[in-house]
Amino acid sequence: MTIPPPDTNHPAGPVEAGAPADLLAAESQAEELKMRDVEGLSQGQIVRRRFFRHRGAVVAMIVLGAVILLAFTSVGFGNWTGWWKHTPLQTGNVTGTGAQPTLSLPTWLGGDGFVWGDHPFGRDESGRDVFARVMKGTQTSLIVMFIVGIVSTVIGVIVGALAGYFGGRLDRFLMRVTDLVITIPVLVLGAVLGALAAGKNSAFLLAIFLGLASWTTLARLVRGDFLTLREREFVDAARVAGASSRRIIFKHMLPNSIGVIIVNQTLLMSTAILLETALSFVGLGITYPNISLGQLINQYQEAFATRPWLFWWPGLFIVVIALCVNFIGDGLRDAFDPRQRRIPSQRALRRAERKAAARAESAAAADSTVGASGKETT
Amino acid sequence: MTAAHAPVADTPPSEHVLEVKDLTVEFFVDGQWLPAAIDVSYDVKPGEILAIVGESGSGKTQSSMSLVGLLPPNGRARGQALLDGQDLFAMSKGRLRHVRGKDIAVIFQEPMTALNPVYTIGFQIIETIRTHFPMGPKEARERALELLRMVDIPEPERRIDSYPHELSGGQRQRAMIAQALACDPRLLIADEPTTALDVTVQAEILSLMRDLRQRIDSGIILITHDMGVVADMADTVLVMKDGKVVERGPVRQVFYDPQHPYTQRLLASVPHLGRPDTDATEQTDGPAAPATPAATDTSVREPARTSTGSLQAAPIESDLVLSARGIDIVYEGRKKGTDFKAVSGADLDIARGEVVGLVGESGSGKTTVGRAIVGLLPVKTGSLEICGISVVGADAQTTQPLRSKVGIVFQDPGSSLNPRFPIGESIGEPLFLHRGLRGAELSGRVETLLDQVELPKAMRNRYPHELSGGQRQRVGIARALALEPELLVADEPTSALDVSVQAKVLELFRELQREHGFACVFISHDLAVVEMLSDRIAVMHHGKIVEVGTAQQVVSAPKDSYTRRLLAAVPLPNPDLQQERRQERDRLLAEAAKHND
Repeated sequence: MTIPPPDTNHPAGPVEAGAPADLLAAESQAEELKMRDVEGLSQGQIVRRRFFRHRGAVVAMIVLGAVILLAFTSVGFGNWTGWWKHTPLQTGNVTGTGAQPTLSLPTWLGGDGFVWGDHPFGRDESGRDVFARVMKGTQTSLIVMFIVGIVSTVIGVIVGALAGYFGGRLDRFLMRVTDLVITIPVLVLGAVLGALAAGKNSAFLLAIFLGLASWTTLARLVRGDFLTLREREFVDAARVAGASSRRIIFKHMLPNSIGVIIVNQTLLMSTAILLETALSFVGLGITYPNISLGQLINQYQEAFATRPWLFWWPGLFIVVIALCVNFIGDGLRDAFDPRQRRIPSQRALRRAERKAAARAESAAAADSTVGASGKETT
Repeated sequence: MTAAHAPVADTPPSEHVLEVKDLTVEFFVDGQWLPAAIDVSYDVKPGEILAIVGESGSGKTQSSMSLVGLLPPNGRARGQALLDGQDLFAMSKGRLRHVRGKDIAVIFQEPMTALNPVYTIGFQIIETIRTHFPMGPKEARERALELLRMVDIPEPERRIDSYPHELSGGQRQRAMIAQALACDPRLLIADEPTTALDVTVQAEILSLMRDLRQRIDSGIILITHDMGVVADMADTVLVMKDGKVVERGPVRQVFYDPQHPYTQRLLASVPHLGRPDTDATEQTDGPAAPATPAATDTSVREPARTSTGSLQAAPIESDLVLSARGIDIVYEGRKKGTDFKAVSGADLDIARGEVVGLVGESGSGKTTVGRAIVGLLPVKTGSLEICGISVVGADAQTTQPLRSKVGIVFQDPGSSLNPRFPIGESIGEPLFLHRGLRGAELSGRVETLLDQVELPKAMRNRYPHELSGGQRQRVGIARALALEPELLVADEPTSALDVSVQAKVLELFRELQREHGFACVFISHDLAVVEMLSDRIAVMHHGKIVEVGTAQQVVSAPKDSYTRRLLAAVPLPNPDLQQERRQERDRLLAEAAKHND
């Protein structure tokens, strides 16, 4: 028979005898549509495309990028002083209304016209510039977030992968170690180590310690994922092909659990920010002369009634960063889940209906002759 | 419930249980409504079995599921479906829920997932009964027992309190049938009811269903892709392709005089068991060198294993790619004493260039043998020599050369390719690891391989999810052949494919075997497929090889009683021959029963 094999992706082959032409056309269109979504794309490209469809995640990514840029360029980092005229620790005169924020909103937002001013976020009781302090605190929070993310990812992935892939005694040992780490209350650990690490690089050290305590969830997730992946036949296929264990773990299995890792880690990172804030708020995390957002809130808590702006700005940045990271994590989770299908909205349904009606009309006008053969072929 | 009853009395008694007119099922995908079934019309009489046949994606399941309102949220159905005169699509959801389970019942494909694992089967049957009838728990239990007796579950009094995992696959399917029959449905939809079952169990379930149709007098819609099952069961056949009905008619007419080219092609691609009787010429021009000495040798030797050590050192020694003597393969349990012996005392010889079919039911150990051959499972006892290397108790160093001499094609092409690798990389991996090929040399070789399995070269950069099942399996074959292995293990390579795709893949496989001359262990539960490809067939049962012989001998003159039962259970895609076979099978079973007494 000369009919094309059904297992090729080209349904537009020779038309079968007795088959209505319009139906075949519709079928090929359907096939095309199905393929159009994924055709010629690598897995990475598909994930990227789905991610960019998630509007919240894209906005969050832009906002987070802007926050990072602002925090690091304004007050500088290390020996470099940024473009902002004040430094976080420089004190000043606070007599009169000098401590009020000079930032005023544009008239269309209910302000007196947009002014940036000398101290946009105001000054604290010692006359220090709050904008500079908040920026410095944001830097600290971001550093803590990224370092915790990196440290816990490395440890979690390695422990989970080894335990899941090799199983047996190694698995039992690694999982007992994980249990042990889980029993350590992170808050207490952070408190003790944060105090020990007080000094110039306290943010780095604190972040590393927090990372050392927070890889457990990831290790368990990766282990679970590896236990399922190990049973998949492509792993057997790689083994039969003579691939080494290292190659199987890192080249074959790890890319397949990347979704779990990325999602869990973004969520962990937003928790890390809040954890650091909480520690600093109770006075145990980042200590003077370093600045963090939680510490700022802690310092200014008594001034809430008189100088509320001291409170708002650090709070706002905590919320913005944590929200952004959560949104990005949400977008990534959707992007990595291939089963997820978007449920059509009512509007999309109606639009499709109208289109179909228009198409049917034009089709009916075009080939009213086919009509009879378009029915059943009994 | 009374509402559901009333119209039967109101409307004039129609001779059809179900009348479907111009049923169209559509799915909302990417901002468009795409049809899954178009203008499907049929009707079902009481006591009639209507078979809807088609390949995956032909809309056969979706069109039937739409009748009971079980479409996914992005699907919708239009048209008319009259169950005893009342339109199912015009019903409110509440009314439809009364119809579901009571007037229309469904038997699903996979009983393990269709039954809730946390409730006993008795609970689930009673639940169905009490949802639709005002009945006390005691009465309902009586009724459930009666149903279980009706579907021939052994010891129904005990089984009623069993959980699904405590039952065998066949018993689970029986339990599900009992649940479906709980409310004497007018219409029974059986969606591939035997696809997940072994062929012998399938035969039992089919005979049960045939038996039941006479007793319950409901219409049955049987959805299947297996022409053998259709020939066995159906009165009327509806062939669907790409959402539309291409042919319909009484079963004999469709089988003996198919009108539509698609039906003809579908029937032609079904492998027929026992074909050598009719056209022996086609069978003999198989692989170039059928190694007959080894064949006769093994089949004779089977019972006397004690002296095989010396017997095996025959002159054909150098010609053997694989020689197994009394191998045991054991899955180690978590604790001592819980080990499970999957294969015990298996003897097998495979000569160079020979295709040996390995047949058996699930759990018979056939896949275990295949995995042991490629080194995925350790062999502890006996002797197993592959390409001159003894692998029993050998370490990775010793077996390393085998990695390039033994290949495997896996059952599920969806799972055997790494979803994160472009297929070119999957195919090229063995070449990269063993020959150290890279760059242009590697891609040149990959393209040759793709050519050999008749895939376009441009597919190199595609990912597995972009390919159809048949294409994926071709990729799997290309990967297995990348290193020009001397021995290939094919573990049910076509069981996940549609029948017409299967025919093409098998044809390709046969050609490649002829061209490359590799020896092959072809594992399958489908005797017809094995017979088509193999020089010799080994039949496995409960971890033992019960019979080895040439393909023709095993199929036409089986020695072992299990082989005979297995052969009799395979449904033939021909209504009349199948009827004969059924009687033959009943006779065999009666014989076996007598024997047991």
